[in-house]
Amino acid sequence: MYPRSFHYHRAGSLKEAVSMLGQLGEGAKFLAGGQSLIPLLKLRFANPEHLVDLNFISGTSFIKEDSGALHFGAMTRHAEIEHSALARMIPVLHDCAAGIADVQVRNRGTIGGSLAEADPSGDWANALITLDTTVHCLGPNGTRAIHLEDFIKDAYTTALAHDELVTEVEVKIPPQGSGGAYLAFKRSAPVYPSASAAVQLTMAGDVCRDAAIALGCVGLTAIRATEAETALRGKSLNDKTIATAAETARAAADPQSDMRGSAEYKRQLVVALVKRAIQIAVRRARGEQIEGAHLYA
Amino acid sequence: MPETATVEKIAINVKVNGKPYSRQVEPRMLLVEFLREACDLTGTHVGCDTTYCGACTVLMNGLAVKSCTMFAVQADGSEITTVEGLEKDGKLHPIQQAFGDSYGLQCGYCTPGLLLSTHQLLSENPEPSEKEIRKAIAGNTCRCTGYMNVFKAIRQAGRNMKGA
Repeated sequence: MYPRSFHYHRAGSLKEAVSMLGQLGEGAKFLAGGQSLIPLLKLRFANPEHLVDLNFISGTSFIKEDSGALHFGAMTRHAEIEHSALARMIPVLHDCAAGIADVQVRNRGTIGGSLAEADPSGDWANALITLDTTVHCLGPNGTRAIHLEDFIKDAYTTALAHDELVTEVEVKIPPQGSGGAYLAFKRSAPVYPSASAAVQLTMAGDVCRDAAIALGCVGLTAIRATEAETALRGKSLNDKTIATAAETARAAADPQSDMRGSAEYKRQLVVALVKRAIQIAVRRARGEQIEGAHLYA
Repeated sequence: MPETATVEKIAINVKVNGKPYSRQVEPRMLLVEFLREACDLTGTHVGCDTTYCGACTVLMNGLAVKSCTMFAVQADGSEITTVEGLEKDGKLHPIQQAFGDSYGLQCGYCTPGLLLSTHQLLSENPEPSEKEIRKAIAGNTCRCTGYMNVFKAIRQAGRNMKGA
C-alpha cells in the first residue's frame, strides 16, 4: 500500500525542522519514529503534502539524569529506554517501554512521537501521567515547558502548535518509599492494549501516603481514577483495601465496546489491572525488585 | 494520466547485504518495496502490510525493523541485511541451518522475518530463555502456527553460533 505522494524534507536540526514546518504550512507534518504515522499514511487516513523527517537530526536521542529527574531526548526509541539501566530507576518507565508493541516497533518508535501523537490507546501518556512529567517543546517563538496533564488535551490532540515539536521529556525521580507499576493487557504483542493501568504509591510502612492511578485505552485520554486514589490515601494497605480501591476504579473507566472487547469486559479488566499494579507498586515501594510486564491474552 | 516527469525523486545510497545500491526513489516508496523492486531482493516478504505480522522484517544497522513501516529515503546511508545476506559463500547461516534442521517452518512465508528477528536476539543474547524467545519473536506471526519448532530452532541456532 502506498501513501499519497508527498514532498520529503530532511531537517538538520530541531530549529530547522520548526522553521521548515512554518514555511511549508498546514499541509506539512513532522515524521518521528513513524510507527503510528506511516500506517495512517498507508491507509490514507492522513494525507500530508510535506513530511519533515526528524530522524537525521543528531543529539535528539539521549537518556540522562540531572537535578533529580530523568531526561529523555524526544527521538529516544522505546528500545533504548527498555535497555537503559538509568531508566530502571523509575520502574514504570521500564514496564512501559519493554511492552510497547514488539521488538521491531520498539526499535523505531520514539517517546516524543508517542506523546505528540496522543493516541488514546498509546502507552507513554498513561504511564507518565502518574509521575511528575514535563514535556519540553520548541516552536518559532522559542521553548516551552508544559506539564503532561496540560500537554494532552484530547484524543490525538495536544497543546502543541502546528509548527511546534517535542524536544525532551523530563520525569522527576519519585522519592524514597515510592513505588509504581504500569500494566497493559494485549490480545497479542503488535496490537494496542485493550486496557492499561498505571499506579504510583508513596508508602510509609504499610500506610499509603500518596497515590496516583491512571487508566489507559478506556477513554479519550488517560483517566485519573481519583476516587480509587482517595480509597488508598491514609489507609493501611492489605488485600481488602487494595481490592476496594481497584473496584472503585471500575466507575472511572469510560470504555467503548470494540473488537478488543465489550465495555463491560474492559471495566472488569481495569479492576484486575489496577489491583495487580497496586500489589506490584507496594512491593517496589519496599525496595523489592519485581518484574512488571504487559500481559497477553 | 499524471505526467511521470513531475514525480519527485530523491537519490539515496543504501548498503544492502554489504553491496552499495544508489537509486532514485519516490519519497513514498516503502523500504520493503525498495528492496523487492529496486534491488530485486524478493526474499523479504510483504505479509499484512499493516505493521503487524513481521514478514517484512529486515535488519537496519543490526536492529530488526518492519520494512513496510519505513520509507526507503529513511534508510539512506544505512546498512540493511535481508534474508539473502545471511548465507555466506554458499553456506547457510547457523540460524538458517537450525531452522532447516529443526523443521522451524511450514509454508515458509514468515521465515525471512523470523530469521532476522532471531538474528537480533542471538546477537544480544546467545542463550535466550523460552520467555526471552517469546518476547523477541512476538512481532513475527506464523500463520501455520509452527511456533514450537521455531522455538527449538532458535535454541539450536544459539548453540550453533556459540560453537561457530
